[in-house]
Amino acid sequence: MKKTKPKVKPAAPKEAAAPKPRAEKPRHIGKTADEMGKQQREISVSEFFTKNRHLLGFDNPRKALLTCVKEAVDNALDASEEAGILPEIVVKLVAVTPDGKPAPVVSQATRFQVTIIDYGPGIVRDQIPKIFAKLLYGSKFHRLRMSRGQQGIGISAAGMYGQLTTGKPVKIISRTGEKQPAHYFEVQIDSKKNEPIILEKKQIEWEAHRGTQVTIELEGKYVKGRASVDEYMELSAISNPHASFTYHAPDGETKTYPRTIQHNPDPPKEIKPHPYGIELGMLLKMLQDTKSHWLAGFLSADFSRVSTETATEICKAAGVSPKKRPRDVVGQEAEKLFQTIQATKLMAPPTNCLSPIGEKEILAGLFKQIKGDFYTAVSRPPAVYRGNPFIIEAGLAWGRGPEQAALDALNAQKAPLAEGESHGGDDNELARVMRFANRVPLLYQQSACSTFKAVLDTTWKNYGIAQSRGAPPAGPMVVFVHMASVWVPFTSESKEAIADYDEIRKEITLALREAGRRLGVFIKRRARAHAESKRRDIFELYIEEVVGACSRLKGGKLAATKLKTQLTEIAKKITGGQKTDEMLDKNAGPHGLPHSIIVTAEGIEGEVPVEGPVAVTEAAPAAVEAAPEPEKPVKKAKKAKAKSKKKAKPAKKSRKK
Amino acid sequence: MAKRHPEVEKKLVGLADLVIDAAARRKDPAISIPVRSLSNVKFNEKKGFIEMGKNKQMRTFFNVGMAKKFMQTMLVADALNELQKADLTTSLREIYYRTKHTMGDSHENTFDDQAESDPVIEDLEVGLAALREEFHVRAENAGTIIGPVVFEDDGDKVDCAKLGKGGYSVPSIVEEEYLKIKKCTADFVLLIEKGTQWNRLAEDKFWKKYNCILLTGNGQPPRGVRRLARRLNEEKKLPVYVLVDNDPWGYYIYSVVKQGSINLAFESQRMAIPTAKFIGLSSLDPEHYALPRNVGIKLNDKDISRAKELMAYPWFQKKEWQVEISRMLKSGLKYELDALANKDFQYLTKTYLPKKLKEKDWLD
Repeated sequence: MKKTKPKVKPAAPKEAAAPKPRAEKPRHIGKTADEMGKQQREISVSEFFTKNRHLLGFDNPRKALLTCVKEAVDNALDASEEAGILPEIVVKLVAVTPDGKPAPVVSQATRFQVTIIDYGPGIVRDQIPKIFAKLLYGSKFHRLRMSRGQQGIGISAAGMYGQLTTGKPVKIISRTGEKQPAHYFEVQIDSKKNEPIILEKKQIEWEAHRGTQVTIELEGKYVKGRASVDEYMELSAISNPHASFTYHAPDGETKTYPRTIQHNPDPPKEIKPHPYGIELGMLLKMLQDTKSHWLAGFLSADFSRVSTETATEICKAAGVSPKKRPRDVVGQEAEKLFQTIQATKLMAPPTNCLSPIGEKEILAGLFKQIKGDFYTAVSRPPAVYRGNPFIIEAGLAWGRGPEQAALDALNAQKAPLAEGESHGGDDNELARVMRFANRVPLLYQQSACSTFKAVLDTTWKNYGIAQSRGAPPAGPMVVFVHMASVWVPFTSESKEAIADYDEIRKEITLALREAGRRLGVFIKRRARAHAESKRRDIFELYIEEVVGACSRLKGGKLAATKLKTQLTEIAKKITGGQKTDEMLDKNAGPHGLPHSIIVTAEGIEGEVPVEGPVAVTEAAPAAVEAAPEPEKPVKKAKKAKAKSKKKAKPAKKSRKK
Repeated sequence: MAKRHPEVEKKLVGLADLVIDAAARRKDPAISIPVRSLSNVKFNEKKGFIEMGKNKQMRTFFNVGMAKKFMQTMLVADALNELQKADLTTSLREIYYRTKHTMGDSHENTFDDQAESDPVIEDLEVGLAALREEFHVRAENAGTIIGPVVFEDDGDKVDCAKLGKGGYSVPSIVEEEYLKIKKCTADFVLLIEKGTQWNRLAEDKFWKKYNCILLTGNGQPPRGVRRLARRLNEEKKLPVYVLVDNDPWGYYIYSVVKQGSINLAFESQRMAIPTAKFIGLSSLDPEHYALPRNVGIKLNDKDISRAKELMAYPWFQKKEWQVEISRMLKSGLKYELDALANKDFQYLTKTYLPKKLKEKDWLD
């Protein structure tokens, strides 16, 4: 290990025990500068990452499998969106043995073939080897633009990991259009030079008109559950309702996640850095690199929100001539300039560079993937941390859905309760927190993440949801938090948790509060209607019992039916009778609750997304149309319960398709 | 065999009539039940026992908070009536099982546990001014008696002087019609809190030497034991002495025997023994009998707050009692009866009680 880090001085004493120097010069322990100099040489990035694979998310076989899928899917989504193509992605995992045969037991398998196909724009032939077999090569690092990938190490690192653990090359098929041929490549990375080695390249027949297929064989482990590839696929489907996914799990199961939103998100714009977001070193580098010939010009041209006037003012305040050549601004002058810039009042950076998921889209995603009774979504206005604009979006899904509730009730009726038993299922269930950064699901290091901290900090009790100290809220609930930014501050290179900046935390908290408030309104309304109905129900039950007891006490000499009718009438009079019936049926609608969906046994209300292959790219009108439809049963609800159920059915079907 | 109580049957059926009448008048049916709490008991100094006050609570049916209780009350009344008709006695737990079922097509039970049905029976006792025994509900046979007394129980003659050292197990219903006192030659009754000390005295034939009846309830004496002591006191004019641990719970046991309990204050008139005396352990005894400090137990917070509560009860207002309890609080220690064994295994039989009786060293 030490030998490859020759620039680090302390490496030397280790060799002290070598017999030679000790014999000749007993007083001098260690090496001469010459000796050390011979060992000192450059380390390549790929060598570095080979030895620090955990930095990129390849710490263990299970995580490695996930990271590989994640990097490939991120690239596929980014590429399709940038080309204006609605993403359509196939993920296929196959467990294999070292000699290439399918592994007999998936849970025991240690080697996987990961194939990701997208029908996106494809890659031009010359770029293919570099993209897949050269670290830090890509289009995303040099610009400030919102995208899933940031550094351009993801997919090539996955390939390198595969090469390292299985010795197999990365296999790529790519085609850029119907009239173009499909190219097949097998590449490996030269980890010393960080250059691709092409093992094979040829033109082949490929059924897809355009797109890219990557196959990486790597050492991994497939385990279902938390932080699994399965969960990643589910979450990706939620945060990318405009994409369609097909996932072939290694155990032979195939899941499809159809598209619910029929248009791509608005393409994010590239922006220049905002002066508040840079550090002195960065400024020095920009001063050297700029194409501008004088300082004021540099400031206004290379930064956002610096006008020519402001630039001149800054120069004056810093005591530097605006006409000075940027390259000559060094040392103390540069430092003074930096401090002056930070002290100058500047407009917040432009926010059109952000492409949030959108409230309607979040609703659609949650509604599609999570069974529940209530859904809501909140998009905050853009905010800024350290000169980087960002947007926080939050969503909530609550409940188990009417089908599950009906099932529970059915199961519950089968056995009367014994002493000490209770109804209501698992009371200790805690909310599940789904975290996303630029639409990418974050699956590891939840407790280090700013979003999770904000969930803990929110006082959910205010919204009628139980919460123990230092724990997420309790109940059948899913909390969705998304941060969209040109630069998401992760706590590490493996991009697992969002750093806890005050500005970010504040925005998340505000979004959660708004969503929580809406949920609180829903829960309260439902509880009220429920309490009324329970009151009626218990009276009906108790009347039965009391009449029975009276009848037995009177030795059977009692007009029991008459007594029952009389008592029932009194009950109706006292508990509000008809009013209750009405309240129960439909007063819990989403009226006054923006961007929410409410699901009841009678139907669905709110901004329900419509699925299916709608040719029109504009899906908005379809979603709006869906809203008024379920209101029909509202008016007739009271007496025609059975009927309204029938009516609600078509609405349900339409979303299943 | 249980004896039928026609007046009790009438009271129970009366509840059904109450519901039927209210329903016919389109009114919310309501049962009036006296409040069973400290706020609704009065200490009658003249009579020397606790009496129930006049505060009543209306238990109405069509009130979400009370509906279930009301329904439960009717179910228990029905079960009690069934007992009357069948001439059977039963336990509280059997009443609970008898009345428990799932209602209609719901998954709600009439009663979830016995803690729900027991108070309903007490409510009915108070509300209908009937005794538990009259309801044919018995408690555990948790008491034992030994001494020169002869009972007739279901036609069998029981001579409590000829039962070895085990004694006779006191039934929970000891009313005249169930248990007759045929003969009694004892001079007094000694009611002992703990079964272990009762065993000591029985084994040492203390009752023979001092011609007394030894009675224990193993802790808080059950109704049968209290009622039997009262009958011996009332019918045979025997003085009753109470021997308990020196702690707040011992004092309270004594006060329940003497003045009755707060919860069942309405039964004091036939349970309480206003002339009962507190023979020990007194907080003065450790000093008198030279019990070493190391056989005491430190009072815990609960003991202390309970002792303070006792000092506030109207029936503990006599000066000697205030002194007695304050002395315990001041010492910070409590003593068990068993601690007397520190001096000698038979210290209780041979020294402590003889001396107490001789010196008439008791509290009233």
